[in-house]
Amino acid sequence: MIEIRAVTRSYGAFKALDDCSLAIHEGEFFSLLGPSGCGKTTLLRMIAGFDNPTSGSIAVDGQEMVGVPANRRPTNMVFQSYAIFPHLNVEQNVAYGLKRLQLDPAEEKRRVDEALAMVSLDGLGKRGAHELSGGQRQRVALARALVMRPKVLLLDEPLSALDKKLREQMQVELRRLQQAVGITFILVTHDQYEALAMSDRIAVMFGGRIAQIASPKEIYQRPVNRRVADFLGGMNFVKAEIVEENGSSITVNTLGFGRITTEKPKAFTRNGAGATLGIRPERLRVLWDNATAMHEVSGTVVERHYFGEITHLIVEIPGLEKPLSVTETNDFGADDIPIGAPIRLGYDRDALVAMAE
Amino acid sequence: MTAAAEGSPPLAADGIRRRPPLPQSESFQGLALISPTFLYALILLLLPILVVFAHSFWTQNYLTIDHTFTLQNYRTALTEPIYLDLLWRSLFVALLVSLFTVVLAYPIAYFISFHGGRHKSLWLFLITIPFWTSYLLRVMSWKVILGYNGVLNSGLMGLGLISEPSTALLYNTSAVIITLTHAWAAFAILPIFVSLEKVDRTLIEAAKDLGDGPLRSFLRVTLPLSVPGVISALLIVMIPTVGDYVTPKLVGGKDGVMIANAIQAQFGKAANWPLGAALSVTTMVVVSLMAGAAVFLIRTAARLVR
Repeated sequence: MIEIRAVTRSYGAFKALDDCSLAIHEGEFFSLLGPSGCGKTTLLRMIAGFDNPTSGSIAVDGQEMVGVPANRRPTNMVFQSYAIFPHLNVEQNVAYGLKRLQLDPAEEKRRVDEALAMVSLDGLGKRGAHELSGGQRQRVALARALVMRPKVLLLDEPLSALDKKLREQMQVELRRLQQAVGITFILVTHDQYEALAMSDRIAVMFGGRIAQIASPKEIYQRPVNRRVADFLGGMNFVKAEIVEENGSSITVNTLGFGRITTEKPKAFTRNGAGATLGIRPERLRVLWDNATAMHEVSGTVVERHYFGEITHLIVEIPGLEKPLSVTETNDFGADDIPIGAPIRLGYDRDALVAMAE
Repeated sequence: MTAAAEGSPPLAADGIRRRPPLPQSESFQGLALISPTFLYALILLLLPILVVFAHSFWTQNYLTIDHTFTLQNYRTALTEPIYLDLLWRSLFVALLVSLFTVVLAYPIAYFISFHGGRHKSLWLFLITIPFWTSYLLRVMSWKVILGYNGVLNSGLMGLGLISEPSTALLYNTSAVIITLTHAWAAFAILPIFVSLEKVDRTLIEAAKDLGDGPLRSFLRVTLPLSVPGVISALLIVMIPTVGDYVTPKLVGGKDGVMIANAIQAQFGKAANWPLGAALSVTTMVVVSLMAGAAVFLIRTAARLVR
């Protein structure tokens, strides 16, 4: 559906995008995730037609888009600032793009009403642009783009200006809307939870390059490197030494976890004898009293942080240079574990991720 | 947390918010800030206008002024063909000058705002350079350009387009219009520039994204959003040009005379202050009406473009 091939965008010596290639399928909710300055917005603007690659090609539905001006592309955009026309009311804003199609007035009105209903703004058509709340502005921007029935809807950090509660509500609504209309959505965001919650697939970008493209689950559970792992929430990293490596599995030696054989990630490329083993804090669980697990490590609690539904424990393990972070739900009294207490932690082998470097 | 801790004034015992002492109140501070300018404006603007207004109801009696109330001056001003003629011509000239100025200034302002890049302030600076010389000198230089042996005539003759110098260039209404349009250009460029600067560039991108080419996005977004600048440019140029008398006197010849020349004559050689005052007041009223009409027309036009 959308084919981005070897796209590079240079500003003098600086490369905002460096040899990016990716394919987005029809009807997919695709996210470009990364810290600010990673090139995700540049890439989105190129798909929209506001910028052109220095080299490489962008095709939508098999049609080359490079050189085609924004107004002739089958894409529509929801801007970060929403870009609501201040001199027009809601209805006129939504009908803006339809005017050029010179539809029959009744048909135009029907499409505008339909779009407004889609974003639950029915009846607000006559409101002026200045009389809208942040959430309503966002919905108008969405309706204005959807009414054009684009092949691809581009969303540039659409939720970043909303407060937390509204943002979470809009995440659910956006996802629902995307599934209802079946249009390909490309979302740019720096919020990993937003990307994880809404997307079918995510491309994580750093410094103008794509680090990993995968489903939310895979990207969270099997990050290809420490940067990706770190960007998608906390992870404990343990130094490891490669003992044995074959097609599908890898065996490493670590000081704290001992000798471990785990699944070898697809993107694993060996870089000397060293490697890193990662485990997410919530994949370590506190073993109470006599409980046992297939795999366990033991240590001492050195810090405890209370977060309401969970408690964050910092546990020192003999042999590990950095203490482990553990998040535990408060059902069993993790919030009451005394500092300095000995503790045993259990984990599953598949919770351990081997990473090069 | 209490209200006091949040920084709002403490509540009085009966729960009614006590007013802060006068010198601290917001309105007092506001008045104190504007009062020097306000008094200045009051003395130098309002008083003279009142004097003029009062005179317009009196009668000149050779060297003295008869202070009995009369409307005779207004009758003369509104019925005497020469004054009506001059008034219409002045309005016509002012309207044309302001239209030409705005039409010529808009592209310049647009260019600086959208394509000025890093050199925006340099461009604005260059535009103010003509103001380093006196207005009279600038008008005189138009005389040099448009005169019988002037630059334009010699140029056209040199190109063989005309065989003898044209006298149609100087000492007529068009010479006044050309000179004024040039003189007021900067005053039109600046407000239009400011309003174009305020146009959010994302809105233009949004228009493109929704299918508009460059011309349509200009007509549907940039132009309507810069209307405030266009209106102020129009007014800034139109209002003073109606009352201009230096330019018509220098380059207008006998065809280019405007109402201000007549008013000046009444206060000067003709020594009929009351009639001059009545002409001034009439002009002021008519200019205000015309300015109001212009604003109304532009606003309506901007609404129709949508």
